[in-house]
Amino acid sequence: MVHFPTVDGVVKATDGLSFDLEKGKTLGIVGESGSGKSVSSSAILGLHRKTNAQVSGEILLDGVDLLQLSDEEMRLRRGKEVSMIFQDPLSAMHPYYTVGNQIGEAYLVHNKVSKKAARARAIEMLDRVGIPQPDRRVDDYPHQFSGGMRQRAMIAMGLINNPDLLIADEPTTALDVTVQAQILDLLQDLQREFNSAVIIITHDLGVVAEMVDDVLVMYAGRAVEYGPCKEILTHPEMPYTWGLLSSVPDVRGDVNAKLIPIPGNPPSLLDPPPGCMFHPRCTHRDKVPGDLCRTELPELLPGVSGSGHLKRCHLANPDEIYATEILPEIAPDMVEEK
Amino acid sequence: MDQTPTTDPTPGSPAGTGPTPAAAPTTASGTGTGATSVSNVATDVHHEARTTANTDAVLTVENLKMYFPVKSSGILRRTIGHVQAVDGVSFQLPTGGSLGLVGESGCGKSTTGRLVTRLYEPTGGSIEFDGRDIAHVSPRSLKPIRREIQMIFQDPYTSLNPRHSVGAIIGAPLAIHNILPKNKILPRVQELLEIVGLNPEHYNRYPHEFSGGQRQRIGIARALTLQPKVLVADEPVSALDVSIQAQVINLLQELQREFDIAFLFIAHDLAVVRHFCPEIAVMYLGKIVEIADRETLYSRPHHPYTQALLSAVPDVKQASVGGRRERIRLEGDVPSPVNPPSGCRFRTRCPMAQEICARVEPPLLQIGQRHKVACHFPGELGKAPDKPITARLLGVDDSGSADPSAGPATDLGNGPGFSDTWFDLDRKTMAKA
Repeated sequence: MVHFPTVDGVVKATDGLSFDLEKGKTLGIVGESGSGKSVSSSAILGLHRKTNAQVSGEILLDGVDLLQLSDEEMRLRRGKEVSMIFQDPLSAMHPYYTVGNQIGEAYLVHNKVSKKAARARAIEMLDRVGIPQPDRRVDDYPHQFSGGMRQRAMIAMGLINNPDLLIADEPTTALDVTVQAQILDLLQDLQREFNSAVIIITHDLGVVAEMVDDVLVMYAGRAVEYGPCKEILTHPEMPYTWGLLSSVPDVRGDVNAKLIPIPGNPPSLLDPPPGCMFHPRCTHRDKVPGDLCRTELPELLPGVSGSGHLKRCHLANPDEIYATEILPEIAPDMVEEK
Repeated sequence: MDQTPTTDPTPGSPAGTGPTPAAAPTTASGTGTGATSVSNVATDVHHEARTTANTDAVLTVENLKMYFPVKSSGILRRTIGHVQAVDGVSFQLPTGGSLGLVGESGCGKSTTGRLVTRLYEPTGGSIEFDGRDIAHVSPRSLKPIRREIQMIFQDPYTSLNPRHSVGAIIGAPLAIHNILPKNKILPRVQELLEIVGLNPEHYNRYPHEFSGGQRQRIGIARALTLQPKVLVADEPVSALDVSIQAQVINLLQELQREFDIAFLFIAHDLAVVRHFCPEIAVMYLGKIVEIADRETLYSRPHHPYTQALLSAVPDVKQASVGGRRERIRLEGDVPSPVNPPSGCRFRTRCPMAQEICARVEPPLLQIGQRHKVACHFPGELGKAPDKPITARLLGVDDSGSADPSAGPATDLGNGPGFSDTWFDLDRKTMAKA
């Protein structure tokens, strides 16, 4: 749980979120801006200041609860056991220091090595992430790198200590598709090599479909759907996930597919709606008897298709509604296959 | 065309109840799962590619060039080179139709949009609008043209003046162009707010009081104020959240149908462009490399760059298969537009580049009824020809050196629009429809 007390009230940025992740596996966290994706990952890294954020619950990494650690203990783990790749590498890198300096620093801080060894290691990592002439480029400044190269350098920095967990916050959002494909390939190769667990935060369901093992869909600070990627993307059971799928055109889909946007805007986290957080924007709320959606927050429970697929919704027959009402609209070509 | 572009969206029009277009045959076949008032009325009419005759083009761009000077540092600031941002781009925009421009950052698509709106004065080429070349008209005579060609910007946070109320922002064009007396501006502003799906009572609010999607609607209302014939939409949805993107796309499609506006739709998102535009041009390093109707371009791309671009797009449907799709990997980065490669600009990253590619620039050759491609070896993925099909047409041999035995270069019709005859790739000759 991450709450931010403000003068206007407590912002419940993340509320009752649970997930687990094995080594070598990838979790995708999906949701709109403000849904709590990035806040949760910052909590794992211990990046919330204690003065303005209340973080509760437990975050176990190899059996150690990161929330119980002192600042100093956390600092020893950050960048070594857990590290992060940010969305915009230009603002995440320091413009005054060379790329090699910044990559080497991560190594220098956590290992008792000389500056020379750190530099050598930085060159090795730059080479590993596919930067040409790494021994020369290591002395370049971030502005001398292209967007894709900067993101590669960020990945080199994140992986230099061979972390157990790598969090990638929108790692390819700022990049062009061909560069995005290169970076995703790279991330996947490196993950296999280092056997790290990876959390990818994104709003691009295409990236999710190709990269992750499990998907966690977040809305207004809560998990609304959680399960294996294939399950969630082919048989989604929560209207918000339907909305995400139906509001993005598919580059290889049917040209006659319609875009069905999610009406309205995400709710304020200061004053979240009662009942299901999504009900003001949900077009299926009247299918639930007794007005439950407006009054009662649904639990995150196993869905229709099995125990591995959790969803937070009152609808009794989401699979039928999806197959008969949503899919024919958004992907007419997929329906015929059945 | 059932509506003239000058149709005034008066309160008598169905716009009064929010953007429900007049002729909406699709509402009958609508589903009931629709979300907002703008959502469900998707666009069968729109999907019919209005791309038939070349004569009804509202905008014809020919051999458009924009070179930005690169100055040396120091006091003299001599010009030491040029960024060839746009280099010889030609296309036609049909009245009330839409053309998509896609490409990666730095390919010149935004510059093209800004040239068309005459925010820049082009270095060369012509922009013909309404039978008149506007490429070099003076700022004074530009003013009436600005009424006809408007722009929607990418970032709704920086394109609206934070100190102006929404009413002032949307009403400004009316005052500037002296279209309505002052006391009539407010009712028109409210009408426009309603057309774009905002509350008309919010005219006295400021941009910061609106969310990203709502701000983009304000930007759209401002562009609509003068009832333009052409709207240049430069990445109109890429700054918005996914759930909001669809709202704005559907709104734009409805406005296009209702007011018969021609769209030049610029975006890097291939899926969005495909959804919006019946005809799409792919740009690379300042040039159009392939232009075709959407079915052809997305299912049978003939240029290696288009093929690589399309294969790089992650696909949601991949979830049912698992793992990643096979994709064409492009090595390296886009070369500098200050000193672009000789011949074909894509050759440095092209998997099938040969000698001729470095020597001769491939013409944008029409190879289908509505399909042009700029490549010496055009062909569907894996079916590219062994020999350059362009060699004979250009009067060179297969390696690109001048060939005295070859006849003079054929007129390849490198102009905008499409002609009735084209080069048949199977028969290797010019063919007629």
